[in-house]
Amino acid sequence: MKKLLSIFAVVAFAFSAHAGTLDDVKNRGFLKCGVTTGLAGFAAPDDNGEWAGLDADMCRAVAVAVFGDRSKVEFITTTGKSRFPTLASGEVDMLARNTTWTISRDVNLGFEFVGVNFYDGQGFMVPSALGVSSATELDGATVCIQTGTTTELNLADFFRLNGISYEALPIETNDEGKENLFAGRCDVYTTDASGLSSTRAAAPNPNKWLVLPEIISKEPLGPLVRHGDHQWGDVVRWSLNAMIIAEELGVTSENVDAQKSSNVPEVLRLLGVEGNYGEMLELSNDWAYQIIKQIGNYSESYEANVGPDTPLEIARGLNALWTQGGILYAPPFR
Amino acid sequence: MRSNIGFFSDEKFRSIFFQTLVVGLFALGLFFVISTTSYNLEKRNIATGWSFLQNPAGFDISFSPFLEFKSTDTHLKVYFVGVLNTLLVSVTGCIAATILGFILGIVRLSSNWLLSRLVYIYVEFSRNVPLLLQIILWYSILIQLPRVKQSLQVLDVFYISNRGLYSPRPIFESGFSYVSIAIVLALISSFLINRWAKKRQDKTGQQFPVFSSSIGLIFIVPLILFFILGSPLSFEHPELKGFNFKGGLVIRPEFIAMFLALSIYTAAFISEIVRAGIMSVSKGQREASAAIGLKQTWIMRLIIIPQALRVIVPPLTSQYLNLTKNSSLGIAVGYADLVHGFGGISLNQTGQAIECMAIVMATYLSISLTISFFMNIYNRSIQFKEK
Repeated sequence: MKKLLSIFAVVAFAFSAHAGTLDDVKNRGFLKCGVTTGLAGFAAPDDNGEWAGLDADMCRAVAVAVFGDRSKVEFITTTGKSRFPTLASGEVDMLARNTTWTISRDVNLGFEFVGVNFYDGQGFMVPSALGVSSATELDGATVCIQTGTTTELNLADFFRLNGISYEALPIETNDEGKENLFAGRCDVYTTDASGLSSTRAAAPNPNKWLVLPEIISKEPLGPLVRHGDHQWGDVVRWSLNAMIIAEELGVTSENVDAQKSSNVPEVLRLLGVEGNYGEMLELSNDWAYQIIKQIGNYSESYEANVGPDTPLEIARGLNALWTQGGILYAPPFR
Repeated sequence: MRSNIGFFSDEKFRSIFFQTLVVGLFALGLFFVISTTSYNLEKRNIATGWSFLQNPAGFDISFSPFLEFKSTDTHLKVYFVGVLNTLLVSVTGCIAATILGFILGIVRLSSNWLLSRLVYIYVEFSRNVPLLLQIILWYSILIQLPRVKQSLQVLDVFYISNRGLYSPRPIFESGFSYVSIAIVLALISSFLINRWAKKRQDKTGQQFPVFSSSIGLIFIVPLILFFILGSPLSFEHPELKGFNFKGGLVIRPEFIAMFLALSIYTAAFISEIVRAGIMSVSKGQREASAAIGLKQTWIMRLIIIPQALRVIVPPLTSQYLNLTKNSSLGIAVGYADLVHGFGGISLNQTGQAIECMAIVMATYLSISLTISFFMNIYNRSIQFKEK
């Protein structure tokens, strides 16, 4: 019996033990990346059916770092509720899904946030016809809210703090929120300000909607992986950092080839001309070069997906580099 | 050698051997699942335990007609709110489905070709379209109702909009408790009168107007008392203030959609069960009762239905169980039932997936077993009693 038990223990171990996510991904031949069910600007299929957006770029950057090919990624859609079980069970290798970095998710749920790719905050959107100019005037309103999110908790806190009442209408996806808001089932829609801009851009008549000035929370959104696999965490973390550092150094997808003969040491280290940083990460030495070449630096990704020239019209704000009045900051590449 | 063959061909030994083998494999499988799960939970640093039930929920639940819920309340209270909401839609759904199902089952057997065809179409349509789609269909219709500021006004006191149906809320003033007591007493006494009248009829054959006397007791007596006490009842009318109606009673579209979809869907099955039950009563019974001169309605009530019930009740029980379990689809339209509130939001905010799911499953199991228990008692009471 004892022998049988030990056999089972071994089998159990074999089933659950991972060889390391990086090896798993390499063996599989593509990356599995968890994204939203569709949030324009962050992750949504474009006109050609290709996933596009800031988060989609994050997934592609990791695929490029591992395979040198931006197409080696399978996008797996997750709802606010299904995202964590999907990651914990190994269904996806990473999440890039507008997910707020909080202590309980980082510590209690057994995940590891590797950085922030968008600094956001929770806001409110109302029809302009409602005649409301501040969130404190929303006493008695019906509020559409995505369940299983930090915004749900912030909302309760905000109304409690201001001593005003509201009625929550819990919804599951951004699309349901849009449907209920546009039909007038709820007066207000609350989610991250970026999500509001995205929803507003998708409205039949964007001018009829107003995003209220209050930002009631900090929502640092970033990619996350399972806790405990530090090698894989490093790969994702530095894929993001490489894009930020590239912007800082002025390296873009246009000039990256010319920059290979730059005289700035950090540029040479980043592009793999000097040093063996790729090897340390168990990647090819030109991994960061490939990310910049195929995806672009952070600024390029931002401007193409959510910036002022896109329907979302989100100014850089907090997401500008630390040298330009924002708080975007990556550790040095050395 | 010989004894060996004899050993295995012994039926008793063989049956014990295989039963032990099956139980043993099952136990090992269970052990394997539990040990793997706990190993993986530990490896991924996922906290386990029940202490999260005492933590404040941090979110609000607006649909809680029985318990006042605030965001500072615990996850345990989220659970109770969920159970009550699940029971609310299940119980009202079962009652409506039963009434509708019985009527439709009888109408289906009607000799009126048009009526019976219409029921046939209804049954085939609602049985063969997935319930989830029906729920979403009802909800989509309901949220296309006028917006709250353009609410439809019915009879000056009801307001219909896509925020729900608002009606006046009764406010019971002092003295109304006497009326309630009178109603309860009237109910008990009409029950007793019914029993007495039945006994008397069995003995002497004399009839007593049970129906009209019960109506008199239950409605007229409390009504007279009500006016004697100076109408101790007033109504709070809903009023449009700011964004929403304030005051009054409200029935939310999420509930209405669930209630309609569940009862209409299940009623289709129940009507088929009722039809099968009625058809199982042999034709001779109907002819014999007609021969002794019973009225058509009496034949149905006294001869056919009591015999049909023996066939109807067991499958009816399973429809009640189905309806209760199907109420977990409320999540599709944001109805705050057990699965949505505790099994969804609490699970997601605390990350205690295994604990939450175990509690939710145990709860559905208990509700189902309770329904089965009472339906089995009822089933036994209507079975043919051999003397």
